Amino acid sequence: MDTLNIDYMLGLLPVMLKYLPLTLKMACIGMVAALVLASLLAVVRVLKVPVLNALTIVFISFFRGTPLLVQLFLFYYGLPQVMAFLTQIDGVTATILGLTLHFSAYMAESIRAAIVGVDRSQTEAALSIGMTNVQLMRRIVLPQAARVAAPTLMNYFVDMIKSTSLAFTLGVTELMGATQKEAASSFLYFESFIMVAIVYWVMVEGLSFVQRWMEKRLNKAYQR
Amino acid sequence: MIAVRNLVKKFGGQAVLDGITLEVKQGEIIVVIGPSGTGKSTLLRCINFLEQPDGGEIQIGERKVEATRASRHDILGLRRSSAFVFQNYALFANKTALENIAEGLIVVNGWPKAKAHQRAREILERIGMSEKADAFPAALSGGQQQRIGIGRAMAAQAEVILFDEPTSALDPEWVDEVLELMKQLAVERQTMIVVTHEMQFAREVADRVIFMEGGRIVEQGPPSQLFSAPKDDRTRAFLRKVLDEVPPQCAEGI
Repeated sequence: MDTLNIDYMLGLLPVMLKYLPLTLKMACIGMVAALVLASLLAVVRVLKVPVLNALTIVFISFFRGTPLLVQLFLFYYGLPQVMAFLTQIDGVTATILGLTLHFSAYMAESIRAAIVGVDRSQTEAALSIGMTNVQLMRRIVLPQAARVAAPTLMNYFVDMIKSTSLAFTLGVTELMGATQKEAASSFLYFESFIMVAIVYWVMVEGLSFVQRWMEKRLNKAYQR
Repeated sequence: MIAVRNLVKKFGGQAVLDGITLEVKQGEIIVVIGPSGTGKSTLLRCINFLEQPDGGEIQIGERKVEATRASRHDILGLRRSSAFVFQNYALFANKTALENIAEGLIVVNGWPKAKAHQRAREILERIGMSEKADAFPAALSGGQQQRIGIGRAMAAQAEVILFDEPTSALDPEWVDEVLELMKQLAVERQTMIVVTHEMQFAREVADRVIFMEGGRIVEQGPPSQLFSAPKDDRTRAFLRKVLDEVPPQCAEGI
């Protein structure tokens, strides 16, 4: 093994940091959108809303049952051929859309499990004082389900951050895309890719920090 | 006034409530007794529509609802004019004692938070739980949790409070504090229907005791009459089982 070109690696950092915001933007928008969509899907499943429930089952089945990369190609390269209004879609939007739909399918299932796990008698208590189903979900069930689902959802967020690297295949220059370009011009593939790996790793570790803090907060009500 | 007419509830073809008719006057304290599985809890749960009745009519105040044709609006109306106290307390685990009491006022009645919290503090004072206002349910004893559960029901200012075996899940040491609170409510003439196995409570507090068996009301009357001179054999048999001393009429029958 030749000696590592440390100077080159450190020189890469500023370039990477320039593209980091785009990676984070895709992950954060995707996560928020996926959370909202997943909560809706989960509530539809739990309340067994007619028609919507069946559609939700098909939705979840499709987006869990096919690879994310296939879904991204479908949205970016495939659908515009049959749906003219999609020809304007750019790679970033297509990635966010793909991440949202894909991860909402997974997250819906863990949120649903968490909702079902909330003590049934609290549901009855909320109904008995005259809350509507929506009030019951918003005020009592979802806050408690959030606590149970939080660790799993954070895992999906970690996964989503890393999955933004697939945007590179749609021609988006984000963290991974920028690194690939640098590597191609310098031929220093090892240095480039080990650096980008480290950047992803540090980002995810930072997130784990936030996760531990969040769980502590959410557990406040359950300490004796 | 609360009225139930010809109420029917079936579970899997089996009638758990077999045509119950019952009228409760404002300020009346009703205690329902009877063997397990005779539909006592189901009766309360049907009045509150936690179970959907299969037939009959429920009236609370001016609102008269035919069970099989109840709209969402009817059901919300019935629930908002009645309050429920659960055997296992069923406090909202993510909310403090104060918030548990204020929650319905904020969400259901649309009160501003400050006003609801003010009312909740008054109720905490009345139930002797002021110092636990900011405690979460997990940090409270069973008796304290049930007192908060009763406080939550009081906040609703409902026409009637339905108590579903409120002391059955409690360790014996906590039973008295809950019964005391219920007695206090009875003194204030809060209309209530109480399903319980606490015969002493029924004797002391009830205006009328109802004995249920097999989904029907077998016998009812003031506690002085029902406990000392039950008319029906089934009532006698039940009382003999649950009471330490045998009522005189029963003794003669043996």
